[in-house]
Amino acid sequence: MGAGHHHQLYLPGGSVVHRLPPQCKLLAIFAFAIVVVATPRERFWAFAAYAVLLGVVAAAARVPVTYVGRRMVIEVPFVLFAFLIPVIGLGERITVLGLSLSVPGLWAAWNILAKATLGVAASILLAATTEPRVILIGAQRLRLPSLLVQIAMFMLRYMDVIMEEMRRMRVARESRGFEARNFRHIPVIARSAGALFIRSYERGERVHLAMLSRGYSGRMPIIQDMSASAHQWATALALPAAALAVLGLTW
Amino acid sequence: MHVPDGFFNAVTSVSAGAVAAAGVAVCLRGARRELDDRTAPMAGLVAAFIFAVQMLNFPVAAGTSGHLLGGALAAILVGPYTGVLCMAVVLLVQAVFFADGGLTALGVNITIMGLVTVLVGWAVFRLVTGLARGKGGVTLAAFLAALISVPASALVFTLLFWIGGTAPIEVGAVAAAMGGVHLLIGIGEGVITAVTVGAVLAVRPDLVYGARGLAKPLLLRGAEGTTTTVGEPEPVPVRGALKPFLLGGLGLTAVLAGVVSFFASSDPDGLEAVAENKGFLDQAADHLFGGWALADYGEVGGIPVGVAGIIGVGLVLLIAGGVAYAARSRDKIKV
Repeated sequence: MGAGHHHQLYLPGGSVVHRLPPQCKLLAIFAFAIVVVATPRERFWAFAAYAVLLGVVAAAARVPVTYVGRRMVIEVPFVLFAFLIPVIGLGERITVLGLSLSVPGLWAAWNILAKATLGVAASILLAATTEPRVILIGAQRLRLPSLLVQIAMFMLRYMDVIMEEMRRMRVARESRGFEARNFRHIPVIARSAGALFIRSYERGERVHLAMLSRGYSGRMPIIQDMSASAHQWATALALPAAALAVLGLTW
Repeated sequence: MHVPDGFFNAVTSVSAGAVAAAGVAVCLRGARRELDDRTAPMAGLVAAFIFAVQMLNFPVAAGTSGHLLGGALAAILVGPYTGVLCMAVVLLVQAVFFADGGLTALGVNITIMGLVTVLVGWAVFRLVTGLARGKGGVTLAAFLAALISVPASALVFTLLFWIGGTAPIEVGAVAAAMGGVHLLIGIGEGVITAVTVGAVLAVRPDLVYGARGLAKPLLLRGAEGTTTTVGEPEPVPVRGALKPFLLGGLGLTAVLAGVVSFFASSDPDGLEAVAENKGFLDQAADHLFGGWALADYGEVGGIPVGVAGIIGVGLVLLIAGGVAYAARSRDKIKV
């Protein structure tokens, strides 16, 4: 409890983007992602414009470029797959640097790289400017089934607890000289997973009983007012609207 | 395996989203029967557990390591409905908070990594435990369920990518490669799932949903050597029975196949590039739906490309919205 109460992905701030209600931001990012995915891949300028739009949002939210860049690493496995497509793809082939590459495959790789990068950057901006708990309240206001939202909320609350439990078990294993090196070590890890499940489940049952005794009735109270004004909706939806305009202009 | 944005075309993404929404809606109702009033807290806890376990790396072969998908494990430990919900929530949190998996690809991700792994895993598990009884049977069933669920998920991914992917690929070769690699990963997943289930079974057999039939009756030994059995375990109420679950899965598949293939046939990105192999900008409009107004994303009927795309997306959104609304109205009656 020594650290702040915000999540590690969240970058506290008071900018315009931070202050927007979560449901507006969620809808805006989602609409933006749909416009990006629906853009035909031949329109290079459109993708450049989308990147500029995200840059403007990042600047308005005062999220440093390095912060976004560091977290883009998550994309790496699929970037590797994208580079593989031109090699295994079908169709007309050209020779680049001595490699025979498929032309439709190259287009597909570009398509995936551009759209995935934009999507990841947009998600990172959302997570950096909105607390996870608040994002879920926004999702509930967007009529996501309340049970699903509650499960996600409990997951967020338990996540750090369980990760910490797992870390302690790992430290215990490693301090006894264990290191998973080959296939035969899998049972040790699996038994830790089993122990982790029992420990967390029993803890969850205790917490549930404690919640019941404090009057939990199947619904978590929301104490913040999360309603959005028309002005705030307009501000948030400016992003997908601009993206849609770009798509129209590069026709 | 988390699919990012841009991997599938917009229509496939949204159709898969509708399938995922329908599947999750069914499971929201089913999960209440598995966990009663504890649904939200306990499912949230299991989701956090799955999230943590997915970070456990285990060595597969020399130098490489894999990590658990966890769909089969979740189904066996907490039941198929809760399992799907947990996987869906894990994927949702990963997409929104960690940017792992695209927002528009969320439906695809939930379909292939949540619905398919849990559905296939649970079906195999029930099949094997029906044949081999006892603790050994459960462990064996857990191994096979996890082993088969991983390549099954990879094959469904390949199929979807063939229908609505943005790259031309030779489906047979890629399916063979994906299936082969994921069979290897599946062995690791199978071993780790079987041993995990075995470990839980040894300590708290009552926590393993898939092994509820194994509980022994309480045996009371009197001072004079008399023995009485108390509380004969009632014939296990098989909630989350196989039949409705499979029927639901079949229905979902039908919807997916119908909606996706219908739209995908008018998609200039993937299939036609393979079929016609003439370059990708001058599409010949001579196929089955060539005369339809939305074919080739509307280049025939005089409707601009974007509008046709949006009509398609809107159509599927309507279906998804209807399903979500149906699920929500039940929410209000009983939470």
